[in-house]
Amino acid sequence: METFLAFALILGKSLLLLVALLVFIAYILLADRKIWAAVQLRRGPNVVGPYGLFQSFADLLKFVFKEPTIPDSSNKFLFLLAPLITCVLALSAWAVIPVAEGWAIANINVGVLYVLAISSLGVYGIIIGGWASNSKYPFLSALRSAAQMVSYEVSIGFVIVTVLMCAGSLNLTEIVRSQQDQGLATWLGVPWLAFLNWYWLPLFPMLIIFFISALAETNRPPFDLAEAESELVAGFMLEYGSTPYLLFMLGEYVSIILMCAMTTILFLGGWSAPIDLPPFTWVPGVVWFVIKVCLVFFMFAMTKAFVPRYRYDQLMRLGWKVFLPISLVMVLVVAFVLQLTGWAQAG
Amino acid sequence: MVAAAFFYLFAGVCIASAFMVIAGRNPVTSVLFLILTFFNAAGLFILIGAEFLAMMLVVVYVGAVAVLFLFVVMMIDVDFAELRSGFLQFLPVGVLVGIVFLIELLLVIGTLFVDPAILQTAAAAAAADAPAVGVTNTEAIGLVLYTDYLFVFQAAGFVLLVAMIGAIVLTLRHKPGVKRQDIGKQVERSHETSVELKSVPSRQGV
Repeated sequence: METFLAFALILGKSLLLLVALLVFIAYILLADRKIWAAVQLRRGPNVVGPYGLFQSFADLLKFVFKEPTIPDSSNKFLFLLAPLITCVLALSAWAVIPVAEGWAIANINVGVLYVLAISSLGVYGIIIGGWASNSKYPFLSALRSAAQMVSYEVSIGFVIVTVLMCAGSLNLTEIVRSQQDQGLATWLGVPWLAFLNWYWLPLFPMLIIFFISALAETNRPPFDLAEAESELVAGFMLEYGSTPYLLFMLGEYVSIILMCAMTTILFLGGWSAPIDLPPFTWVPGVVWFVIKVCLVFFMFAMTKAFVPRYRYDQLMRLGWKVFLPISLVMVLVVAFVLQLTGWAQAG
Repeated sequence: MVAAAFFYLFAGVCIASAFMVIAGRNPVTSVLFLILTFFNAAGLFILIGAEFLAMMLVVVYVGAVAVLFLFVVMMIDVDFAELRSGFLQFLPVGVLVGIVFLIELLLVIGTLFVDPAILQTAAAAAAADAPAVGVTNTEAIGLVLYTDYLFVFQAAGFVLLVAMIGAIVLTLRHKPGVKRQDIGKQVERSHETSVELKSVPSRQGV
């Protein structure tokens, strides 16, 4: 009976998170298009509902009611499996994200590794989709995209290692807590300036590398070489339409928001209030979390709007010859600083 | 009860997909089944409480090694009719190797041939090494790996480094006469080094 109750509780939490996430993504998608439009002096979607607020739901209905087409020469099972993999994996990573104090569905000890593992699996959706389509452009795009994601995972891994060394734990909740206790603000004797405690300040170069690698990892412009409409038509999604395409897009945006949430947790103090005084502390943690995620996403959207697309060889150069050495050296530097100054947390 | 059910689920899928890796007709589906096998093995690790190993298995093997497998398999053109033609010819050798391997496994892990006293001493030694309660298994592995086995660990790292350098040396080609982008050179260029102003006399050209 108790097992059943625990199971029902987890199921309920998961459903709640899923619904909240999907509604959030509907508006994040709209925001993405609106910001892009505003930069280009357009209006963006403004017809469906007031200020175009229901645009994403209209798109959803359109995708769902279209006829799915499956290419005759494709591997049909894998062709339909690929979007499912992308979407399910992207959503399952959210199980460990603490959106507020104690609000993670699974508060596991290896939370960071879990997120890293799941996001490294995301490449399979793309590679299987590209291969199963049995078409030239999707295949080329899948290879490109897989190489790109594998390359940038390396630097993301090292950036995460530096944060882990500072926090002394692989648990996402613990990482946020360790940012609340100590840091610049505590040493200056002004602990209420909580935002100075967060890791964005001491690990600022890592934040930049993490942000750019996150753009590359999620195939966002300026690194959207998987899509590259000018050379590869629409990349690995070329043969997809209707609901399978919707699942790909959904998976992509879920992992983008996941990367925003990871940036928030690792560098921006998660759910903690920026200033540790009322009225800021009256606001619930989840609100701060959402605000920070939106802030990071705004940066994602602005980058999409005003940075031109990278050339593929330059993308590889940036990943392997610039970010990898910098993050590797930073791991050493951070380790030395922590050890020599005795700031490393006991444990 | 639940754990047992999950164990049989993971183990069953693991063995079935491992069989499909060698039975599959298409190399790409073979690799995909291999990935499924890794995944279920990670599930088994989680069931025995080794969550760090499970995550590492997924990150390293599924996330990186299997991707490279897929790359290679998608690129090469394998003729399966030819591969299967020699099947019966190599069957006795395969069976022999399999039997030898099975016997070795039984010798190592089975109590059939090994004196139980030895196994008990080994278990006692392992228990003495076991970390205190309350240490997460990431910490436990770290404490052992970076203290008692530091040199072995470093040596393993060097072996991988040598393998990596070897692979790069094998594939590195310096073709003469190929134009390459040199970022350093591009950044180094300034107005003075790249623009030359000449006053051209009228009606004479340069």
